Amino acid sequence: MRALERPVIKPRPVYLNLVKIRMPVASIVSFLHRVSGAALLVFGIPLLLAGVSASLASPESYADLTQTLAHPLAKLVLLGLAWAFLHHLCAGIRHLLLDLQVGIELAPARRSSVIVFVVSLALTLVVGVKLW
Amino acid sequence: MTRRQAVGAHYGLMDWLIQRVSAVLMTLYSLLLLVIALVNGGIGYELWRSLFANGAFTVASFLFMVALLYHAWIGAREIYMDYLKPVGLRLTVQAATIVLLVAYLGWTVQILWGAK
Repeated sequence: MRALERPVIKPRPVYLNLVKIRMPVASIVSFLHRVSGAALLVFGIPLLLAGVSASLASPESYADLTQTLAHPLAKLVLLGLAWAFLHHLCAGIRHLLLDLQVGIELAPARRSSVIVFVVSLALTLVVGVKLW
Repeated sequence: MTRRQAVGAHYGLMDWLIQRVSAVLMTLYSLLLLVIALVNGGIGYELWRSLFANGAFTVASFLFMVALLYHAWIGAREIYMDYLKPVGLRLTVQAATIVLLVAYLGWTVQILWGAK
């Protein structure tokens, strides 16, 4: 039984090319959960504080702020942050449900990750309609 | 062999739990704002000012920011643990993040209770 004594270890393909790797939808949602969280930390928190600060300082600064936010570029930034917030929120709710052992089988987990995508994009669309 | 590092996770349930409790708190605050906006058909300057003149709302906003900043810290540390392998670099970035987040908390207090 030579084969048992010396198991032949076949070289397995290591496939870590991020461009070519095929990620299941749940891992894309998970990846975007992280990306959106990072964006909210880097851009969201300072902009939120600056915005609330300007909105409360005086009626003039409030008017200035609304004027600044009326700019198409500012609206685009707001829309991006809205998506980041909504995706992070929806993916987070899915995460909590998974923690509570709700929908942890493969098929429901895949379905819920599609729902996270669809719902957060739909809500972002609502925000976009409100903005424009 | 223990693999615990000062710049690693906190190796317990606490951070895991704080991440979830803070998420729920932020969700509730966001829903509160949404309900206020829906009930009043939008939020204009007068309503916005009166909200922050209200002590309970101000404290709720402060709690939201504490939850947000701690949540952000745990999330940032997760990312650093995955991508920043040299300990010195990770320590530097973690320290800088903490300084930034605590500064944000100071800014929050200034906004919520500062001279108006």
